[in-house]
Amino acid sequence: MAVYNAIKYNVDYGGFAGALIPIASTTVSSSTATVSFTSGIDSTYKEYFFIFNSIHPSQDNADLSFQVSTDGGSSYGVNITSSAVQAYNFENNSGSFAGYEASIDLAQSTNFQPIGNNTGNDNDQCISGYMTLFNPASTTFVKNFLAITNNANLSDISVNNYHAGYVNSTSAINAIQFKFDGGTIDSGIFQMFGVH
Amino acid sequence: MATYSAIAHNFTPPAATTSTQVGAGAMTLIKSITASGDGTVSFVNGSSDVVLDSTYKTYIFKYIDIHPSASNPEFQVGFRDGGSLYDATKTTTYFNTYHNEDEGVDPGTAVGYNGDSDLAQSTGFQTIIQDLGNDNDQAGSGQLWLFNPSNTTFVKHFFGRSQNAHGGDYTQDIYYGGYCNVTAAIDAVQFKFSTGNIDSGTIKMYGIA
Repeated sequence: MAVYNAIKYNVDYGGFAGALIPIASTTVSSSTATVSFTSGIDSTYKEYFFIFNSIHPSQDNADLSFQVSTDGGSSYGVNITSSAVQAYNFENNSGSFAGYEASIDLAQSTNFQPIGNNTGNDNDQCISGYMTLFNPASTTFVKNFLAITNNANLSDISVNNYHAGYVNSTSAINAIQFKFDGGTIDSGIFQMFGVH
Repeated sequence: MATYSAIAHNFTPPAATTSTQVGAGAMTLIKSITASGDGTVSFVNGSSDVVLDSTYKTYIFKYIDIHPSASNPEFQVGFRDGGSLYDATKTTTYFNTYHNEDEGVDPGTAVGYNGDSDLAQSTGFQTIIQDLGNDNDQAGSGQLWLFNPSNTTFVKHFFGRSQNAHGGDYTQDIYYGGYCNVTAAIDAVQFKFSTGNIDSGTIKMYGIA
């Protein structure tokens, strides 16, 4: 018979210790056009957290991007207004920069939002980072997001990307899709967590 | 006095709803090291309970209240990609904002790229806090993310953000990022100051499966 001393510690707190609760994970090992999470995004969590690990494009000069859905993934294209800040530095030390990058922001656009542009497809090049989507189930407010990534640019440049914005809709978001703006995702790991 | 019935239910159950979710994949504290006059703080896979391999896909290092022995040193990080040295080749970026405690100073505020603290195919340590003050009350804190260090195909991306009290009595908000331009696995991470010791501070290492 179990005794109290054993029972009292026999509690699995799941992800509570770190506040991250794993919901879904997609490992791409053969070329795929898109990665979508079409379930698990609801009112369970006020904050959803996505990690992208070593995402490698089939095509040079690819922008990893996302869009959201209010119809369970039947369509992706909700108005987004966003900002973009980048810092970059060439491997050959020929130039560096930090500042606003208007070519990858959106203004009331249903286009996919880049979260790291111009990633190269050399064998060792990829993009990694994370994104937070706040309160997607809200039917009152816009949906804020924050993303930070680092990528190896096709011209051998390290690029550190800061994207933020909001999905300008009061409809609940219940799916999200990631893709490159050209070509396919050759490999990589996409994870979705809920945050307590 | 608390009764067993009260104690037994005095916790919040996991929100995960399937057996595979419960207890899996969360952010796990791997190791916490408190510095006290140390030249370096290192997290080495397989040593002192540190795991830095494919067990976790993503690692986070939180450095808290880091205080230097020297005046205005750089707090730095290095990555080991084989051998014993923390000399993985890196290309990185670094930009920051600052605001002086004395608003009469010109310029009292700024934001911009800092070419003194980036690296271009360098084996040197990456600065993650520049000019940390060593007044008794001055310290720096922040966090570093390292992605997929055990991968042997791709470069290893990392980035982070720091905040510190600069030796000149101003606040700095620092954004750095880059990649270890190697395909060898990264199996150890070391923190140190460019000069002097880490007088005090705590560095915590987490893994996300």
